[in-house]
Amino acid sequence: MKNIVYIILGTFLGVVLYKSEAASWFRIYEMFQFDSFHMYGIIGSALAVGVVLVFWIKKSKVKSFFGESIHIENKEKSFTRYILGGTLFGLGWALAGACPGPIYILVGAGYWPIIIVLIGALFGAFLYGILRGKLPH
Amino acid sequence: MLYQPWPWYVAGPLIAICMALLILMGKRFGMSSNLETFCSIGGAGKFTDYFKVDIKSKRWNLLVVLGSVIGGFLGAHWLSPNPAVDISEKTVTKLQKLGFDSAGTAYLPTELFSLESLSDLKVWIILLIAGFLVGFGTRYAGGCTSGHAISGLSNLQRPSLIAVIGFFIGGLIMVNLLFPLIFTA
Repeated sequence: MKNIVYIILGTFLGVVLYKSEAASWFRIYEMFQFDSFHMYGIIGSALAVGVVLVFWIKKSKVKSFFGESIHIENKEKSFTRYILGGTLFGLGWALAGACPGPIYILVGAGYWPIIIVLIGALFGAFLYGILRGKLPH
Repeated sequence: MLYQPWPWYVAGPLIAICMALLILMGKRFGMSSNLETFCSIGGAGKFTDYFKVDIKSKRWNLLVVLGSVIGGFLGAHWLSPNPAVDISEKTVTKLQKLGFDSAGTAYLPTELFSLESLSDLKVWIILLIAGFLVGFGTRYAGGCTSGHAISGLSNLQRPSLIAVIGFFIGGLIMVNLLFPLIFTA
């Protein structure tokens, strides 16, 4: 039962990101050129609603659907890993025109060359796992 | 209405609701950690303990991935009679100067994402490097657009703000400084 809920949630998310064109390479380029409000509108309105919902979840101490208490972990404090990792990610995001969610969505949409991007991303994640002990965090 | 592109004020709140539903199911919204799970499934644990994880505990997120693949299929094949993305005139002009003649007429540039484009070795290299940067960068930063820009900022996390600033530093360097070197009309 739970499994089906995760699949439905993912499907819904996939349709939303595809139909809002957040999975379009062109929209990402346009965003980084500051030529349109569209992507900023998506992220901004997601945040406006997200901040309220997360605040409510924390404040109300609401239980999960399965009766467990919810604890949202804080992100580990650091500067180096976020600015360096973030910049590398941004370079890739702008070139591929897709972040990890849209990569999967575009596989489903049938844009087969995105599979090369996915293979690169898997190799990148693998190499990070190998090198992480040597990287400044 | 359903078949037209969905406006930002519909998409943004729906994304936030998906995030909240995952939290209410005791999980977190984050797409890039699946990349590590795939590495673990592929046997990366033989190389470093970092990938020795309990794959079962990550299964739910792989189901979200499976769903998003289905969602992409539905969005593209059932809900989008016209795939053209109506980007701004200014963007179209800039992209034409870079050799992207498909700007304004397609969902993804055919110069990079059509099967014909794969006859050019340069396209393979571009897509591989782009993917590599996405995968390496997101794990180094501990999250991508979903984990940092949406979930982290919704929880007012300073590390996520630093990561998102990094996303924009990288993105602006790419489109302004590197695109003119990589793409020529």
